[in-house]
Amino acid sequence: MDYFQLFLELAQSTVRLSTPLILAALAGLFTERAGVFDIGLEGKMLGGAFAAGCVAFVAQSAMAGLLAAVVVSVLLSLVHGFASITQRGNQIVSGVAINFIVAGSTVILGEAWFRQGGRTPALAEGARFQVIQLPFAEELRGVPLLGPIYADLISGHQALTYLAFLMVPASWWILYRTRFGLRLRAVGENPGAVDTAGISVIWMRYRAVICCGILCGIAGAYLSLAANAGWTKGMTAGKGYIALAALIFAKWKPVPVMFACLLFGFLDAFAIRYQSTPLPLIGKVPVQLMQALPYILTVILLAGFIGKAIPPRAGGVPYVKER
Amino acid sequence: MSTPYAKLPGWVEYGLIPLVNLVVAFAVAGLVVLLVGESPLEAAYHMVNGAFGRGEYIGFTLYYATTFIFTGLAVAVAFHAGLFNIGGEGQAYVAGIGVALACLWLDRFMPWYVVFPVAILGASLFGAAWAFLPGWFQAKRGSHIVITTIMFNFIAASLMNYMLNRVLKPLGSMSLETRTFEAGGQLPRLDWLMSIFGLSVGTAPFNVTFLLALAASFGVWVLIWRTKLGYEMRTMGHSPSAARYAGIKEARIIVITMMISGALAGMMALNPIMGETYRMQLDFVQGAGFVGIAVALMGRSHPAGIIPAAILFGVLYQGGAEIAFEMPSISRDMIVIIQGLVILFAGALEHMFRPAITRAVLAFSGRGRTQAAVKGA
Repeated sequence: MDYFQLFLELAQSTVRLSTPLILAALAGLFTERAGVFDIGLEGKMLGGAFAAGCVAFVAQSAMAGLLAAVVVSVLLSLVHGFASITQRGNQIVSGVAINFIVAGSTVILGEAWFRQGGRTPALAEGARFQVIQLPFAEELRGVPLLGPIYADLISGHQALTYLAFLMVPASWWILYRTRFGLRLRAVGENPGAVDTAGISVIWMRYRAVICCGILCGIAGAYLSLAANAGWTKGMTAGKGYIALAALIFAKWKPVPVMFACLLFGFLDAFAIRYQSTPLPLIGKVPVQLMQALPYILTVILLAGFIGKAIPPRAGGVPYVKER
Repeated sequence: MSTPYAKLPGWVEYGLIPLVNLVVAFAVAGLVVLLVGESPLEAAYHMVNGAFGRGEYIGFTLYYATTFIFTGLAVAVAFHAGLFNIGGEGQAYVAGIGVALACLWLDRFMPWYVVFPVAILGASLFGAAWAFLPGWFQAKRGSHIVITTIMFNFIAASLMNYMLNRVLKPLGSMSLETRTFEAGGQLPRLDWLMSIFGLSVGTAPFNVTFLLALAASFGVWVLIWRTKLGYEMRTMGHSPSAARYAGIKEARIIVITMMISGALAGMMALNPIMGETYRMQLDFVQGAGFVGIAVALMGRSHPAGIIPAAILFGVLYQGGAEIAFEMPSISRDMIVIIQGLVILFAGALEHMFRPAITRAVLAFSGRGRTQAAVKGA
């Protein structure tokens, strides 16, 4: 039973750590499938987290914070869209720029507004997302095996976590079962064909970029309103890049994105839990290796040693109507 | 891709347009200063004063510029071959091992002018090695260099954390750094160079690495515009299919370019490790690899542009410290914003003002026959 308890704890923190990754990776899924590469996930998440922290504190409302996060993140997405769709600039350069602008300006503005040394004021209970207990969680706890799983693993997360996991089938449905999704994917593979069909490539890509902004904003709000009680300097700490890695690892498909994020979340949870405990068979693994593992796995995958990750064909290429 | 823009005179292409982009970036940064409730003009005054006010300040400015010349060149060399090396940060970090090993090995019984070449070799070897795999993966396995180099930055951070924790840290020491180098591992300051201009370098760590940076800039110019390899790199950057058709071996060029780029980024490690702290510390790169992206974009990937761009960022770093001191609400994170804005306006939005400028320039010079071409833009 001890091992079972351990498993539950690990699984629980895996879910917690994967949630922002899933939201951010799905955000990336939308733009990248539309042919706009985005390495600015990190910046948009951080900007969203900051906006959420500020507004939730001022308005004392988690929902207001979430809304602010989405607005800021969408605005940043539109900057990226303007640079890479309208101005046909280099999408990677634009993403890098956004990451820096956000990293710097959140600290400067946060310090100017709150003067708390790189953080927004700690949020009270009411200004954060509360843990939701699913019905009958306590009553069913007594049921062997399934009871604790239901009570501790499935129940007892914040609303945004459930939203993140619901977004996985929702994204799949949007991308593969709606007209919008078909066009979005087509714009990322062969924009010329979409244009010939009389659909605006530019507008399609802008809509994809906006979808990305919304999801990144939610991911940011999760960080500052659910996982923590407020924004802290650089709190995304590379999660945007891990999400990007997960997106590639999942070969730009929604359901595999979830599993990739769960895997990377698990590695993170495992690294935190077993920092100095020797493992059976392997011995003591340096914690640094565990931290680097998601990146190493992604590199190996990209190099084609575990299947082949083929990006959307028109990804990274600005669309020029006439040649 | 065909450029839909009219051909512009050199001073517009390499002078006016970058200048306009830069001015816009600074104007937006000024808005942030206003938003914080401070005066942008006062901030600008403190910045210029902090960067040039005294010989010592100039020394610091040039010390930072040295670092950025290397990382800027690294990004630029890759740009010429159509590769985007975001991994300068990681390459410079890992190259620190090369520098540290050379110093730890030789510093007790060799003078600096013996240790320095060995350290240069070490830095370039380790930097190139860290860039080799992303290059090789791109060339042979088709994985995207941008993603791989980002991943390698994180892997480098973990690797260096491990190295400093378990391998390079002296026994019993708590802080994550190597031991302090003896005289052999300490580069001389460039007092004589500053005293020619009647300035005193003071405590600024302005050292001989600056001369190496200038030599590297010249070397890059020779490489890109005066050698066969450079020609092949540029051909590939302009048109990979043309390069292939001309019989240029794509894979070979990608790997070589990345290794040169990595070596240049790696040499950056000499400046802080041997020139300032005389030991390798955790996270000594401090984002210089990313500054290189802004420097290369602003300098239009030409050494003659990269040196002034690097000095400008030196001004930002040194002057930014002064601003942070005089105006506490504007911390050094302001530099990060400006860096991002420069990357945005000089990089991603570089064509935003071009149609307007082209029209203005042509209207002044009155060359009507290119008007048609302009309309296409």
